Amino acid sequence: MKKIVAKQEVCMGCGLCEVYCTVQHSKSKDVIKAYNSERPKPISRVTVERNKPVSFAIQCRHCEDAPCVTACLSGAMKKDEKTGQVTHDKEKCMGCWTCIMVCPYGAIKMDKENHVVAKCDLCQGFDEPACVANCPNEALVFKEVKS
Amino acid sequence: MAKYVIVGASAAGLGAVEAIRDVDPDGTITVITEENCSHYSRPMISDFVSGKAGLKKIDCRTEDFWKENNVKVIIGKKATALNFNEKTVQLEGGEKVPYEKLLLATGGKPFVPKTEGSDKDGVFTFTTINDAQRIAAKIFAINAKAAVVIGGGLIGISITEALLKRGLKVTMVELQDKILSLLLDAKGSDIMEAVVRKAGVDIITGQSVQKILGKPDNDGVVEGVLLTKSGQVTCDLVIMAIGVVPRIELVAGSPVKTNRGIVVDNMMRTSMPDVYASGDVAEAYDFVLNQNRLLPLWPLAVLEGQVAGCNMAGKQATYAGGTNMSSLKYFGVPVVSVGLANPKEDPTLEVLTKLDPEHNVYKKLVLKNNVIVGITLVNSIERAGILYYLMKNGVNVKKFKQKLLEDDFSWAALPTGLQRKMSVVQ
Repeated sequence: MKKIVAKQEVCMGCGLCEVYCTVQHSKSKDVIKAYNSERPKPISRVTVERNKPVSFAIQCRHCEDAPCVTACLSGAMKKDEKTGQVTHDKEKCMGCWTCIMVCPYGAIKMDKENHVVAKCDLCQGFDEPACVANCPNEALVFKEVKS
Repeated sequence: MAKYVIVGASAAGLGAVEAIRDVDPDGTITVITEENCSHYSRPMISDFVSGKAGLKKIDCRTEDFWKENNVKVIIGKKATALNFNEKTVQLEGGEKVPYEKLLLATGGKPFVPKTEGSDKDGVFTFTTINDAQRIAAKIFAINAKAAVVIGGGLIGISITEALLKRGLKVTMVELQDKILSLLLDAKGSDIMEAVVRKAGVDIITGQSVQKILGKPDNDGVVEGVLLTKSGQVTCDLVIMAIGVVPRIELVAGSPVKTNRGIVVDNMMRTSMPDVYASGDVAEAYDFVLNQNRLLPLWPLAVLEGQVAGCNMAGKQATYAGGTNMSSLKYFGVPVVSVGLANPKEDPTLEVLTKLDPEHNVYKKLVLKNNVIVGITLVNSIERAGILYYLMKNGVNVKKFKQKLLEDDFSWAALPTGLQRKMSVVQ
């Protein structure tokens, strides 16, 4: 399946991926509203990890054997056998945080206002995820990866 | 004849069905459950009581789960006996279900200490949706105002929060000196206790309930409890929320080996050929303690059921083990506890802690030979999974251990070799 891959050596740590992800997952799709006024606050599902001088972006890896799916108490986290994606159903989610406990990437975020988790959905319906499309230095690549 | 028979339709049974169907799309599966509601999320029954989730929401699989997996399900009937010679499961009423491969996923039943008056109207246990429905109906029927929850562990805190949300005055009674004592050390427990008290709950620790009191005009109906050391608490409801014990009665007196639960190997096989056990009824492997033991936790039950299912269907799988691990969502304070939370003094263990009282944040790691064997995170849990990965894989953390509890800890703090191995970076 196609996954997002991080090229650490060209990541500048600018954080634009987080901004675009937040806007993409906002209701308004407007950067100022998304950051300043929209409630519940939209959540970025990508995080730029920094340990100077190293930085890279991380988001859900859509694991083959996804621990979050097995651990999910409510049935919200599922593996789509056709696409290979790990999907999260916000309506089903009970906000128990069990997936966060077992995600080896630390890639599942808490949406505290909605009391659910949020994670990368690969920007369903778009050619390319927003973080990849808008990375100024092409440090994020959307490409076919084994498993 | 059903090729696969599974007794129990909760976490372990569901995991087994899914695993069997991954390997064997055609073999007949029969699932037997005494409950009237199946594939619901047991950990969500407190959300049902609080009113946050209805029956539809707590269904943790698709509506047509049995149909989609081509499972014959026998609902609302109890398995009463096993015959290992003729390889059958007997149901109440006498009907026999033959099996080729059998999974015992019978789970646990609530532990109820012998307490005078525990048969009174208004006393409940809290492990099934049936319990939750009865409690919710009772609150409505008598316009309940106050409850005593016996047990300050995982089940106790979940029902306490739910009852509080329903507007009841709740008193939590815990025999140990601290609440959540299996998950938190004294510091962590103190933080949670303060949060729970602030929400309006009375917490009584270090004693239990010796007697459940009836009304003067109707002794069969709960009016309060008498504590073991001192005092009485008036209430309309008493919830026994102490814990669960494995339901091994089906194999009692049989050659199937049991300790407190059913003994299994790392393929989830019992001592009887073609009979497997998983979930709360089984004593599965704990990779921290390096021994098999009871760990009645939903995610582990699913995993164990998956392993059993694979092996039943002929694809060898081994269980890597679990450990005492829970995440809590109650009273607005997220908590993660994995492995050793509160070990006794031990010179071979190293303990790292970080406390931020202003934000109610407490983090603690227990290390043995520079490998993480315990994780406690209160109010700062988003990176829990990375720590759990290091723990589960026995990664030596000597070179970066001072970074593990930092606020900005992430994969960026870990060695490049490990990052590449996990494909964190290209």
